[in-house]
Amino acid sequence: MATHQSRSAARLMMAPAVVLLLGWMLVPLSMTLYFSFKKYLPLRGGDLGWVGLENYTRFVTSSAFWPSVQATLVIVGAVLVITIVLGILLAMLLDQPMWGQGIVRILVIAPFFVMPTVSALVWKNMFMDPVNGLFAHLWQFFGLAPIEWLSQASMTSIIMIVSWQWLPFATLILLTAIQSLDGEQMEAAEMDGAPALSKFFHLVLPHMARAITIVVLIQMIFLLSIFAEIFVTTQGSFGTRTLTYLIYQRVLESQNVGLGSAGGIFAVILANIIAIFLMRIVGKNLDA
Amino acid sequence: MGKIQLKQVTKKFGDVQVIPPLDLTIEDGEFAVFVGPSGCGKSTLLRMIAGLEDLTTGTIAIDDADATDTPPAKRGLAMVFQSYALYPHMSVRKNIAFPLRMAKMDKAEQDRRIAAAASALNLTDYLDRRPGQLSGGQRQRVAIGRAIVREPSAFLFDEPLSNLDAALRVGMRLEICEMHERLKTTMIYVTHDQVEAMTMADKIVVLQAGVIEQVGSPLELYHAPRNLFVAGFIGSPKMNLISGPEAAKRDAVTIGIRPEHIDVSDSGGMWQGKVGVAEHLGSDTFFHIHDTGLAEMITVRAPGEVSFRHGDTIHLTPRADQIHRFDAEGLRLS
Amino acid sequence: MARTVTTNRKIINTAAAWTIGLLIFFPILWTILTSFKSEATAIADPPVFLFFDWSLENYRVVLERSDYGRFLLNSVIIAGGSIILGIIVAVPAAWSMAFVPGKYTKDILLWMLSTKMLPAVGVLYPIYLIFIKMGLLDSRIGLTVILMLINLPIIVWMLYTYFREIPGEILEAARMDGATLREEIVYVLTPMAVPGIASTLLLNFILAWNEAFWTLNLTAAKAAPLTAFIASYSSPEGLFYAKLSAASTMAIAPILILGWFSQKQLVRGLTFGAVK
Repeated sequence: MATHQSRSAARLMMAPAVVLLLGWMLVPLSMTLYFSFKKYLPLRGGDLGWVGLENYTRFVTSSAFWPSVQATLVIVGAVLVITIVLGILLAMLLDQPMWGQGIVRILVIAPFFVMPTVSALVWKNMFMDPVNGLFAHLWQFFGLAPIEWLSQASMTSIIMIVSWQWLPFATLILLTAIQSLDGEQMEAAEMDGAPALSKFFHLVLPHMARAITIVVLIQMIFLLSIFAEIFVTTQGSFGTRTLTYLIYQRVLESQNVGLGSAGGIFAVILANIIAIFLMRIVGKNLDA
Repeated sequence: MGKIQLKQVTKKFGDVQVIPPLDLTIEDGEFAVFVGPSGCGKSTLLRMIAGLEDLTTGTIAIDDADATDTPPAKRGLAMVFQSYALYPHMSVRKNIAFPLRMAKMDKAEQDRRIAAAASALNLTDYLDRRPGQLSGGQRQRVAIGRAIVREPSAFLFDEPLSNLDAALRVGMRLEICEMHERLKTTMIYVTHDQVEAMTMADKIVVLQAGVIEQVGSPLELYHAPRNLFVAGFIGSPKMNLISGPEAAKRDAVTIGIRPEHIDVSDSGGMWQGKVGVAEHLGSDTFFHIHDTGLAEMITVRAPGEVSFRHGDTIHLTPRADQIHRFDAEGLRLS
Repeated sequence: MARTVTTNRKIINTAAAWTIGLLIFFPILWTILTSFKSEATAIADPPVFLFFDWSLENYRVVLERSDYGRFLLNSVIIAGGSIILGIIVAVPAAWSMAFVPGKYTKDILLWMLSTKMLPAVGVLYPIYLIFIKMGLLDSRIGLTVILMLINLPIIVWMLYTYFREIPGEILEAARMDGATLREEIVYVLTPMAVPGIASTLLLNFILAWNEAFWTLNLTAAKAAPLTAFIASYSSPEGLFYAKLSAASTMAIAPILILGWFSQKQLVRGLTFGAVK
């Protein structure tokens, strides 16, 4: 529905965005790909020639690789389960009639707006510090020995912090989905005498299935690349070195660019697998 | 000036040909109405004239100058859209001034033209309101005002009245007609409503599936429809179309007789039938008649109040000189 | 929902929701409270909640001692600059996709979104290298461009969904009225899309403000924004709870306020329109 003038204008006006993003995607990515086949140590001799797939095999066979994959999966999996389950419950609670709903909503959403370095630091020092943290005080109050959260329960701590950051996101989106549930359907179910649990499993959950899928996929993308939370708290020690953090260390800390780049390619492939699923859902929605 | 010529114009959307080759000339000062069922390509045709849609092939000339590739802004045409398409963030005054502002006209002249248009359209009191605060009819006037001030060489109307209620529609119809009388500017008007077409047009262009079925004055179309489609489309209630032995008797495949050209009586006539529904309008009475021995139900329009009721036997006589005859292709036989 | 609910039920709902809401909000509340305490009160055992000598001392110290102002300015410039650049590039692109959709519009849109999924760590070194070569390391301009690029897909996407709600006939009317493409966008489209553009700017400002991968890895002293400033408190010598809290409060307060205004847009922007 347009003329060739407007079509060529459209192409012209789309060009800057397309060119920028194309450059943003292709240039660094092809550089990473290039480095991943090289022995490249900027501080120890620089470019030491082609090594084929050696970086890939070394990255995968290094002792740090599998633990990092495991750490990544545990963090992503645990945060997803926690945020989705609590998010559904919280969304259903917030959907109920109550006083001060707007204010509660604001309270619940707030953590999402806190910058990652702040939330990591606040949790690390003011809650999880084994001497002065609030948790330490709480444990002592009950006569228990304070826990050194970030070393003894490092994974739990990271998962707690990240879940706290992402619970608002899950809640907000699931709440939006619940609110679009047809009130008449619910009333009909009530008239039919459906018990609460079966209403939940047969009406509410299927209605939210799509929103849940989207929350899972989007969170996965962001969770796979969490960085600041680990950077500020454990620096990757005590078993919290995720794939992202491992690559970061290889590239910037030990300056083994070839090895880090091979890892980077793994991360890109992993993210793309998830992105394909997400894009499918979004694309379907575009047609509607 | 505002003569618009379409030569061998075609339009394809992807692989779908919506307009096969088409020629049409609209003379300067003419009020042309494109009419046809929805999806017949009339709006596409209008948008092509406006320049909002490309031609696939063919040319468009405005005042004998080729305008095929001229952008809409440069064609000197004004358009009134079905949704009015007013700028919601501008006051009525700014809406009307917009084309003048785009033409970099000086302020005094702008104000003069806005004032003139506003008073002609009864909008003077509303100039500082936003479109959102106006009624449908007022919005329509603003859209027309925005078109008038430019003094275009032709006005294009895309189903402008279809969003108004019935009473307003009749009023606006008159206003647009009066405007045409006053301005004498070419107008092209798209509608699916054949009543609008009949009452407003100098020239009606009947379209079906992108093809021009007939071009002519309202009365030409009424009295001499070129084919079955035009015969059925123009006139209300619809022309009775009868095939079979009755048609064969008159050496045709189909014959047509308008409801107002059938005389009724309770004693004798050519056909005899039973009154199904009788619609008493006061000025006229419409009868829908069954069991005439014809395959088709017959509609009759009798002037004034005629006291046949549901179930009554009625005798019908079509006026011989008003019977239209059509051949197997549906084309008119004379 | 037009269901009638007993008052009892409503009281229970309210109590439960407020308890959970306050629990979730507590870390932020605690940070804000601590920022008004003295360092001694901040680590007092047992902890003190409300009854202490409220003081603005920590804010004064943080503002005086560190170059807080510079970090804040960097945050504002980088986040603000990135969304302004982003919107300049995105408005024409979104116009094209919303009003002149073609065969590949959908694919381009999805491809743009997919660039958002690119893990930053995968391209860390190349960007680092490019920045060194171009002298952009630790520069505001470099970081502004990076943040613009990572948020551009969301900006284009959000604008696209807002633009699609504007009837095309109005833009066609402008074209018929003699407006050029530029005039059509400046005088008609943009004013009509102001609410959508504003929410797009708001959400992306928040995202840029909180970005903590590139801001940590591509800055040192000169261009570091608040994310990096706060991260510097993670070193042991920075362990002063009250001052950390004051600094944190200042870093998150503006965004909390902006964020609360953008709840609705958040859902739309972050789910790419897939949840409404």
